[in-house]
Amino acid sequence: MPLFDPDQAPRTGRRRRAPAATEVRVRPVGAADVAQVIALDAKVTGVAKADYWYEVFHRYGSRGAKQRFFLVAESAGAILGFVVGEVRDWEFGSPPCGWVFGINVRPDARLAGVGTKLLEAICAGFRRAGVTKVRTMLARDNNLVLSFFRSQGMMAAPFIPLEMDL
Amino acid sequence: MKLQTATSLALVSVLEAAANPGRTVAAAEIAEKYSVSIHHLAKVLRELARADLVESARGVGGGYRFTGNAKRLTLMDVIERFEDISARPPEGGRTTTDAGRALARVLAEIDEIAKATFRSITIDTMLKLIARERGAAAGAPRAAQAARQV
Repeated sequence: MPLFDPDQAPRTGRRRRAPAATEVRVRPVGAADVAQVIALDAKVTGVAKADYWYEVFHRYGSRGAKQRFFLVAESAGAILGFVVGEVRDWEFGSPPCGWVFGINVRPDARLAGVGTKLLEAICAGFRRAGVTKVRTMLARDNNLVLSFFRSQGMMAAPFIPLEMDL
Repeated sequence: MKLQTATSLALVSVLEAAANPGRTVAAAEIAEKYSVSIHHLAKVLRELARADLVESARGVGGGYRFTGNAKRLTLMDVIERFEDISARPPEGGRTTTDAGRALARVLAEIDEIAKATFRSITIDTMLKLIARERGAAAGAPRAAQAARQV
């Protein structure tokens, strides 16, 4: 899942006025929100992935799930952003931790703390699930999102991502 | 990856100035704090001023004031004013042998991670990190004192 600059403004171009953070409410995603999530993701990534997002909603959007989180930031009925993550257990012996694998904020809603609110909300969910560490992974040339996570206090984890051609 | 002395001085100078927005920081104060030559530091500060990252104020109470955007300026932005680490060949890269090329590839991998780290950390994030370090350092003696009192 691609990650894009949640609270960072584009470095070029005109900035629009962002809504006040107090108007924003973070809550679990609902079925009626998925269309807006798909549109938001498509706007930023340029690729519409409806089937993928309905699958994510099916797996992570259940209100009964205690270790999976799919949250949206909403203001006046409009979805401004979303965050998706889960608690991952004992991967290569690592104790359970929270894992954020998607976060996005509508370009015209950035610079208003929406990404921060989303991250804080999912971290609160992770804490309730009993974990004390949150991790994420993204491309090292994704400067804006890396900067966002850094600004939230995240540091390099004691893991090294690896890959090879198949 | 090892940064040149001037680059390291530039980074600490920017951080010292950015930590006190609106206030001037004397070059002598930075030189004394980091035990460096005032002449060497002056050259660094002049380059930072040319890059519009600091401005100098003359007269009594003069010094340097941060004029950059702490939320946008990254460590890499400062580093690139002083050295071109993107163009630097991997250390120890003897590329005439298979082993040399393999070693160069591993060292290049390490350099890429270092560059990505410098690009992702803004001055504002560094100031938060410094504040956390200060809090941790202040907490350590208190914790030790509390342990002694138990």
